[in-house]
Amino acid sequence: MANMIVRTIEFIGALIERPVMALGRVFLLFFSVVKEIPKPPFEIRNTIRQMLEIGVNSLPVVLITAVFTGMVLALQSYTGFKRFGAEGLVGSVVALSMTRELGPVLAALIVTGRAGAAMAAELGTMRVTEQIDALETLATNPVKYLVVPRFLSGMIMLPALTVITDIVGILGGYFVTVILLGVSSKKYMTATWSYLELQDIYSGLIKACFFGAAFTLISCYKGFYTKGGAEGVGRATTGAVVYSSMTILISDYFLSALMF
Amino acid sequence: MIEFHEVHKSFGGKHVLQGVNLQVEKGESLVIIGGSGSGKSVLLKHIIGLLHPDLGQVLINSKDLSALDEEHLNEMRKKFGMLFQSSALFDSMQVWENVGFGLKRHTSLSDKEIREIAVRKLRMVGLAGIESVMPSELSGGMRKRVGLARAIAMEPELLLYDEPTTGLDPIMADAINDLIKKMNEKLNVTSVTITHDMKSAFKIADTIAMLYNGVIIEKGSPDSIKKSQNPIVRQFVEGRAEGPIVIEGIEA
Repeated sequence: MANMIVRTIEFIGALIERPVMALGRVFLLFFSVVKEIPKPPFEIRNTIRQMLEIGVNSLPVVLITAVFTGMVLALQSYTGFKRFGAEGLVGSVVALSMTRELGPVLAALIVTGRAGAAMAAELGTMRVTEQIDALETLATNPVKYLVVPRFLSGMIMLPALTVITDIVGILGGYFVTVILLGVSSKKYMTATWSYLELQDIYSGLIKACFFGAAFTLISCYKGFYTKGGAEGVGRATTGAVVYSSMTILISDYFLSALMF
Repeated sequence: MIEFHEVHKSFGGKHVLQGVNLQVEKGESLVIIGGSGSGKSVLLKHIIGLLHPDLGQVLINSKDLSALDEEHLNEMRKKFGMLFQSSALFDSMQVWENVGFGLKRHTSLSDKEIREIAVRKLRMVGLAGIESVMPSELSGGMRKRVGLARAIAMEPELLLYDEPTTGLDPIMADAINDLIKKMNEKLNVTSVTITHDMKSAFKIADTIAMLYNGVIIEKGSPDSIKKSQNPIVRQFVEGRAEGPIVIEGIEA
């Protein structure tokens, strides 16, 4: 009996040991990133390159996703609202959903799929080919050189992409509601502006900033601690996308509840 | 210049270094030999502070590496150069940027000056006209030589070579050996090489040390190693499958 209890405890321990350790190491990485940010030399060139990679190169996908999300949102809410004669409120629904929720979350998920995966793969390859060791032997802190620029770019570019997603989503909604479904333009715009508060926009941007920090940190962590050759790089890439997406979706709820 | 005192290191229950004692004098070329998985790379990584001992000390110029903060460790690393087994070139950068990486980060030289130095270092390792090429376009031997040029770019006092001839054809391997020998003589550096290529070891070493079962079992001049009475050393030097060193997984 006692034996069985011990074995059960051992089993549970083994089950939670790895995730707890991984979480701890992500936080350690976070602290060393924070410690390295204010120290010169500032990796300006590297950071700009990452901002281009995360922000500018993600723009086409983000734009397409945003416009169609706005469109489908308008279409669906119009169908529902028409039943009780509230089609005039479609604009509010689109604007509120985009700024508070869909803008930051969609932008974050798309950028994770693109840039997060690329980060994990690049850093993972650098790890298994000893390039990260080489950086250290050249008296260069790899966290400062590789992780800090990505982290900062994520935190800056994701809110920027979110603003664009918000605007384009609302325009998509406008297109469907006004042009396809024939609600008056004035009605849609009034509905958009009259219920939209500044807080809706900035709570979305705070979320985006957090998501940007989270996905870059997780993706860099996965890449940075890659083990086991090409297969390891593949695992790191998958892991980066899966854990980043989960973190984004789960933390989204708690951030929303916090800023409610 | 380098001293190991009773250095122990384990990875996940595997006791790789089990009390290594080793001295390397200034200007000496030491070659550490040992089988695959014997912990040679682990030993080398302790010298440049990529790994730290679980127990024991590694002293460089009488300073304990583990006691240094990052800033001082990096000051020390600027005087070191390391050639990696896989060359470890940064594949997002052109060859000259690779060679000049340390200069770019730690000096105020302009890109033009760095490029000139890089070209000069590349010429020293017998490469010309490839400074604007990406590393992925180079052959294995060329990558090694670019890696060597990068290692000597900051004019180091200490050069570390991790299996410099592994994966090269015999002629290219010999060319690399010649280069290492030339660097050691010309630049008057201290060097530590790890290899299991005995031909290479005898060519470049002033002193050879053998790592076996986590300790240095013999150290001496190439001649004394050749004449060693230790059956383990003899087996390794002669490259025989039969002997006291047992290869795991292969039945006798």
